[in-house]
Amino acid sequence: MSAGPVERPPGEAGGGSAAPASPRALAWRRRRHSLGRFWAGYRGNRAGLAGLAGLAVFVLIALCAPLLIGPADLSLTDAPGGPHEPPSAAYPLGTDNYGRSILDLVIWGSRVSLTVGFLATLMCVGLGTLVGIVAGHYGGFGSTVLMRITDWVLVLPALVLAVAFAAVMGQGTVTIILAIGLTAWPTTARLVRAQTLAVEARPYIDRAKALGGGHGHVMTRHVLPNVMPIVLAQTTLTVAESIIMESTMAFLGLGDPNTLSWGGTLQEARNAGAVSSGLWWHLLPPGLAIVLVALAFTLCGRAIEGVLNPRLRERR
Amino acid sequence: MSLSSSSPRPESEAAAPDAAAPGPVPGRRPAGRRVSLRYFAVKLLGALVSLLAVMVTSFFLFRVIPGDPVAAMTQGRKVTPEQREELFRQFGLDQPLWQQFLGYLRDLLRLDLGLSYQYKAPVTELIATRLGPTLLLVGTATLIAAALGLWLGTRAGWRRGSTADRVHTGVALTLFSVPTFWLGLLMIVVLAGGAGGMPHLFPTGGMGSPDVSGVGNVIVDTAHHMVLPVATLVAVLYAQYLMIMRSSLLDEMGSDYLVTARAKGLRDDLVLRRHAVPNALLPTVTLLFLKIGQVVSGTILVEAVFSWPGLGMLFYEGLSVPDLPLVQGLFIFFSASVIFMNLLADFVYPLFDPRVRT
Repeated sequence: MSAGPVERPPGEAGGGSAAPASPRALAWRRRRHSLGRFWAGYRGNRAGLAGLAGLAVFVLIALCAPLLIGPADLSLTDAPGGPHEPPSAAYPLGTDNYGRSILDLVIWGSRVSLTVGFLATLMCVGLGTLVGIVAGHYGGFGSTVLMRITDWVLVLPALVLAVAFAAVMGQGTVTIILAIGLTAWPTTARLVRAQTLAVEARPYIDRAKALGGGHGHVMTRHVLPNVMPIVLAQTTLTVAESIIMESTMAFLGLGDPNTLSWGGTLQEARNAGAVSSGLWWHLLPPGLAIVLVALAFTLCGRAIEGVLNPRLRERR
Repeated sequence: MSLSSSSPRPESEAAAPDAAAPGPVPGRRPAGRRVSLRYFAVKLLGALVSLLAVMVTSFFLFRVIPGDPVAAMTQGRKVTPEQREELFRQFGLDQPLWQQFLGYLRDLLRLDLGLSYQYKAPVTELIATRLGPTLLLVGTATLIAAALGLWLGTRAGWRRGSTADRVHTGVALTLFSVPTFWLGLLMIVVLAGGAGGMPHLFPTGGMGSPDVSGVGNVIVDTAHHMVLPVATLVAVLYAQYLMIMRSSLLDEMGSDYLVTARAKGLRDDLVLRRHAVPNALLPTVTLLFLKIGQVVSGTILVEAVFSWPGLGMLFYEGLSVPDLPLVQGLFIFFSASVIFMNLLADFVYPLFDPRVRT
């Protein structure tokens, strides 16, 4: 990765041409500077900007959902409308088999879907980063074993593995998060390991070691900050994957039946016979929401990758 | 790169039998064969270790994590204490863990995956009867998806930044974001369910109609039933093939040998077909095999949606009960097939790419 600290003007070696500043202020200035450069690169990617905008809209909707929808709107027994009403002025997207507004279901579902997506991603990116850095830093036999395990999990069919976990642990949102987190980390681990190896080959790591920096210091203060950009790109891509995975597992009946998620709504639609009776308004909105969110995350992730990897950028 | 520059195909095909069968090596690189034997041995050993790891995982996953496997297996069903005792003994849970594990390994080696609850039949038998439909579905879909994806990916990569490239990449990225099962449901609603006055073009599910007889008619009927599931699976899979082929071709774009080929005065089309594509195919093939797990995932969802009587449907049925012996058996089977496919890729790969053998 050539966009590392080497190119940042006030870098480790060449900085301090201006008035002497404290190292902390210097570091912050450097960070602000590279953030600005990053944004300038990101801004050039129109698809990435569209993804970011879409993301902002969905997060806003998820956060504001309680303001728009009361518990009465989502009540099963006391639903506001009649069952399976087609779209109308009162229910812009129609109603489900209980008479709840599909629009409300989709808005409310964004909360579960995004939460699961973020938490699962946090877990698997955290795990992947840890494994990647440790494997890349220490090397040797332990690292080989670690990478063998990573490759092994990578090869196994993720859905089967996640579903097997969930089948054993029982239904529930936590189960889904754990299942996704435990199966989706190897991609991150491999990327992070490769990046760690690249960073550790640089002279400033030797300098840090020569000055008495231990393993922990090198890994957290030198390797981690350099690995973070790649982790960020990977995170946004993983969120998309996790959201699709969540809906898939909810659809397979492994979700908590009492929480509303997009996948759960689709499962309910199927069980209520929406497929055979052609009730498209029950099927279309939740699925479209999944597609849009996943696409937004994917576009963001690719845009970040493009900024970080100049080879990719000049191709677009 | 120089190895594969002018005419990579004939050379590697001539070298192919050397790697497979022992015998005098005609011509070049006498040391290459010995290295390749070692290569095969290492890959084989790796696959065996992976397989063992799958077995150990499934043992601990399905027996130890639930705490009380009998309770987990009889979830939501009434059982008398005697039945519980019986199940406990039947699964050997009164023995120490290592003895259970040895027994489990012994059963696995005899291809005994236990009894399904739901069907009251050996899991191995169930898998054997359901394998055919899945192979038919997956085989057809993978062939179409690979051909389509590689072709479109080549076109997109060769003219990068063109409208065609942007359209293909955009469609592929969107399809990446589409949940497989939802796409299947939409296909049913639009093309089979008769929504909005659409004609019922295709059956909503299953593999055949009950009242069809005669070989020719059955084939036509099965093909008719296959259209929607295959289309769904292709839509989900081809996007990935497209993206991999595209980026793999882009990696080759700057290569010197392409400049040489152009300098020789070859037409653009020939530069692409004779030089760039063969080289770009190599990493693509590896990656495709690495992603075979996603084919399995796709099959499960497509079969569940279209009630296709294959392994994926079996898995789905096992989940809804939950029929843990069945789910466990399929977990082992799916994982083992993925490991086997990867081993196959490792074995076949050196035949195509001489660089691996050294």
